[in-house]
Amino acid sequence: MKTILFIIQKEFRQIFRNKAMLPIIFVLPLLQLLILSNAASFEVKNIQFSYIDSDHSAASRKLITNFKASSYFKVIQSFNSKTEANHEMQKGKVDVILEIPNHFERNLIKEKKSSLSVSINAIDGAAAGIENVYITQIITAFNQNIQTNLFQYNEATYVQPQNIVTIPSFWYNNTLNYKTFMVPGILVLLVTMLTLFLSSMNIVREKEMGTLEQINVTPIKKYQFIIGKLFPFWVLGLVILTVGLLIAKLIFNVPILGNIGLIYLFTSVYLFVILGIGLFISNHTETQQQAMFIAWFFTVIFILMSGLFTPIESMPQWAQNVTLFNPIRYFVEIIRMVMLKGATFLDISFQFFIIVLYAFILNGLAVLSYKKVN
Amino acid sequence: MNQEKIINVKNLTKTFGSFTAVKSISFDVNQGEIFGFLGANGAGKTTAMKMLIGISKPTSGEAVVAGFDVKTQSEMVKKSIGYMSQKFSMYDDLTIKENITFFGGIYGLSRIQIKEKTAELIYELGLEEVADKLVSALPLGWKQKLSFSVALLHEPKIVFLDEPTGGVDPITRRQFWEMIYAEAHKGTTIFVTTHYMDEAEYCDRVSIMVEGSIEALDSPKNLKKQYNVTSMNDVFLKLARNVE
Ligand SMILES: Nc1ncnc2c1ncn2[C@@H]1O[C@H](COP(=O)(O)OP(=O)(O)O)[C@@H](O)[C@H]1O
Ligand SMILES: [Mg+2]
Repeated sequence: MKTILFIIQKEFRQIFRNKAMLPIIFVLPLLQLLILSNAASFEVKNIQFSYIDSDHSAASRKLITNFKASSYFKVIQSFNSKTEANHEMQKGKVDVILEIPNHFERNLIKEKKSSLSVSINAIDGAAAGIENVYITQIITAFNQNIQTNLFQYNEATYVQPQNIVTIPSFWYNNTLNYKTFMVPGILVLLVTMLTLFLSSMNIVREKEMGTLEQINVTPIKKYQFIIGKLFPFWVLGLVILTVGLLIAKLIFNVPILGNIGLIYLFTSVYLFVILGIGLFISNHTETQQQAMFIAWFFTVIFILMSGLFTPIESMPQWAQNVTLFNPIRYFVEIIRMVMLKGATFLDISFQFFIIVLYAFILNGLAVLSYKKVN
Repeated sequence: MNQEKIINVKNLTKTFGSFTAVKSISFDVNQGEIFGFLGANGAGKTTAMKMLIGISKPTSGEAVVAGFDVKTQSEMVKKSIGYMSQKFSMYDDLTIKENITFFGGIYGLSRIQIKEKTAELIYELGLEEVADKLVSALPLGWKQKLSFSVALLHEPKIVFLDEPTGGVDPITRRQFWEMIYAEAHKGTTIFVTTHYMDEAEYCDRVSIMVEGSIEALDSPKNLKKQYNVTSMNDVFLKLARNVE
């Protein structure tokens, strides 16, 4: 224990002596939150909307008026035929084609049921998903009894009917405020990246400087070294989380509906996972540069497959399976659940269990791969 | 010679892939002597030393240091030895005092012991003026004195010095050897590598390593007599020629 305190003391001395470090801890989170949460918005505006009205009824005109009234859609054109409309979509002039079939109004009145078909240009998959949500909202508001058949347009596959993609998170964010949605996720990214990079580079740096060898000739125990080394970064991770939460609350006014203690509880275990990965990387690299590249490799994959920028539900099945091994995925889920939905411990107990398991496995691997003897 | 053997090495070998850096070396070091481990750059001195201090696993052969087997009891070996690496390896962004505190701490010294030890070492090594300066600001000579003092912190029985005087001026080298003598005088065994042949004259006994093998081992006086030359440098030149 005493030995560990000496390492922690030394580590904090170095952290606070490093002039570049404090801005990294406090300014970087702010900048990143400000820039990313504004830039990474999913909000889609000025959707180029067109329609084929084969019904020419009061109901069909009313529906189109509803689209015209929406600030998201720009009704640009009406087409006479599907071929003509498809042609324009292929040229990229049209994002959405709404087809109102013959007898639309009659069916609606007589059978209390009618259908519409919607084609969405899905070259930008994320945007298409959101357009779909908007369209469904407008149609449902117009009449609950209409069934929409969705077609997504893609360069590779022409007309391919698809199930409607739903993004559950929107349910808890009715105003579709993307900052509210993105800020907690970006906070995850920040906590993860900073702790992973700082911890993996830190130990490799000792290798490069030769100080690790000097430590290895002392009778220090492996666990003492590892705990002493990682604890300061664990604290740092929690400090970054705190700074980020304050920014989220004070600047972005993101609601924190759930118990904030849950976020801290989860993060404190999650940080062990990330630090374990950092230690593992530093055990298998010789220079800070190598460590940096490997840390990048993992973060990029983890982030892209975390559900942070693209919903996991819209990934192919194999990719969805891969995300089950991604710790960031669970953190993103948890922080959104707790902050935006007010989830309780019971709601997040599955993710919590997984992360605890993960922490044990990764730290076990990391401790095993740390060798005092070559 | 009926002195106690504190280091006992038998057929110690280290290979890196197909390259054998240390080729089955055997020797003993007596308690309390200054043992010079000589050889040109790349002869295998550092590699051999790393096996003796328990941070590199021998490919084959045995070594017992301070009564402990380096293969199976390396952590016990580490309690009995101090090590000063060839490359300066203290924390540049800490002061001399902070470095001493840290290494003292991980050697298991108490805060009080560390305080006493720090004061003592700083006085003995004449580091008073620079004790609170960041190590990065110090000239190499001071840094090496610091490394030496850290290697001695826990009062080891043996101290391993890997080219402790590499890259410093002759006056500093001379001072450094005075420190080594002072430490040896207290009874500490000194195991020192160097490629400066003149420093060999300061040792009780020396071994000369050429391309991974020990080619000669005796006191400087006997070696000069054996090779019929007047300086250790000439002994070395003759040896190198024989190997080629
Ligand atoms: N980790 C290693 N992997 C491969 N070769 C090494 C390694 N360490 C040292 N060597 C080689 O072993 C030889 C002896 O090196 P070293 O023991 O450092 O020599 P010295 O200390 O006598 O100058 C050199 O040729 C060096 O390149
Ligand atoms: Mg060497």
